[in-house]
Amino acid sequence: MCLGIPGLVIELYTEHDVLMGRVDFDGVRKEVCLAYLPEVSVGNYVIVHVGFALSIVDETEAQEVFKFLDQMSELDELDGMQP
Amino acid sequence: MKYQDEYRDPVAAQNLLRAIHNTISQPWTIMEVCGGQTHSIVRYGIDQLLPPEIELVHGPGCPVCVTPLELIDKAVDIASRPDVTFCSFGDMLRVPGSRSDLLAVKANGGDVRIIYSPLDCLKIAARNPARTVVFFAVGFETTAPANAMALWQAKRRGLDNFAVLVSHVLVPPAMTAVLQSPNNRVQGFLGAGHVCSVMGCQEYRDLARQFHVPIVVTGFEPLDLLEGIYRCVRMLENHEIGVENQYARAVPTIGNPASQKLLQEVFEVTDRMWRGIGTIPRSGYRLSAMYADFDAEQRFSLARIDTSESSQCISGAILQGGKKPYDCPIFGTACTPASPQGATMVSSEGACAAYYNYRRRLSPSNAELSNRQVQQT
Ligand code: SF4
Repeated sequence: MCLGIPGLVIELYTEHDVLMGRVDFDGVRKEVCLAYLPEVSVGNYVIVHVGFALSIVDETEAQEVFKFLDQMSELDELDGMQP
Repeated sequence: MKYQDEYRDPVAAQNLLRAIHNTISQPWTIMEVCGGQTHSIVRYGIDQLLPPEIELVHGPGCPVCVTPLELIDKAVDIASRPDVTFCSFGDMLRVPGSRSDLLAVKANGGDVRIIYSPLDCLKIAARNPARTVVFFAVGFETTAPANAMALWQAKRRGLDNFAVLVSHVLVPPAMTAVLQSPNNRVQGFLGAGHVCSVMGCQEYRDLARQFHVPIVVTGFEPLDLLEGIYRCVRMLENHEIGVENQYARAVPTIGNPASQKLLQEVFEVTDRMWRGIGTIPRSGYRLSAMYADFDAEQRFSLARIDTSESSQCISGAILQGGKKPYDCPIFGTACTPASPQGATMVSSEGACAAYYNYRRRLSPSNAELSNRQVQQT
């Protein structure tokens, strides 16, 4: 129930005055309520719980762990070069 | 899938494991709060890859597990009525009540429906004005905004034939209960990432300060969990308290303000009973006065049912980090996912169910369990 899944927003519309959208989860498309993300636009990735998008995935932050891992392997290489 | 596959990369996982090995110098007990995290940890065997100094204990963050038996009985009562269409998330259907479960009500001809989004209930209510559509509004801060939106819309659209049976629970008070327990062993936490997407990190800063613990807000993929553990170990080793955000790609520090605003309108904080744990003060939501008309407990007169839990079940101790599923004398024998005797075997996010599904044959250290398996085969 708490497991949110990332999906790509492909369409926005309103229904009963509420912002809704179609979100693609690897080919499976679902109707998702986007009312909690008024700033969302088509092309954003959002995390969806029980039909509601609760956050937009931040692309820069998404790379952080990989940057950290890169730094680590650079350090390893430096270590390796020491006599 | 983007933002999923790359966080399951085995080479990157090895590098993070190495970082954890290189950082640790003494034993630490860390609790992952959320049942979704427990599920990932056991599924990917992350706890078994960690250095022996780290013990991961499993937290109370499984909504299906902690919904009180009494509420299940109330749901069964309401769902059995001929003029009711009862809507629920799928994982609540199999939860055994004192005498029956929702799946049995459905099998006996009751109108019980599994919905994907709480808004689906409004569609059903609008199409069937003669029936009362009751939604089982359970879950943590992650599902509460969805349920709040369904109530807000129902009120605006005048859908009087919609009602909710509410059993919402909140994570920080449960962490407080764990930390205040005289038997507490937890020294650091992996915070529940998606709960923080909604509520932000402030409550966790307060908790960290009050109880002098490090908390790392953490995601759900293997690399997220490993990085969360790495950061938590680093904070423990450096004697740091406070909150770090491993899951910043989905958790802004302030959370989601639009959903917080609606939560405040629709719900108010109340004491809640947690299955296996007991009542925790100010640990859940009930409907606010403005939405009291939608309360299914008020709309139906419900018989008082005396509930009783299995006397052998230790799920309360498991949910608070005191014990592990293997410590239970009936794990995998009298208690299995097909006939669960307690809270943590019911849901796939429960610790007992996760151990049963992924680890039955993998516990050479547990002689008692392997004996039991030998006897079974
Ligand atoms: S195995 Fe079953 S009875 Fe034992 S603690 Fe887990 S849920 Fe309770």
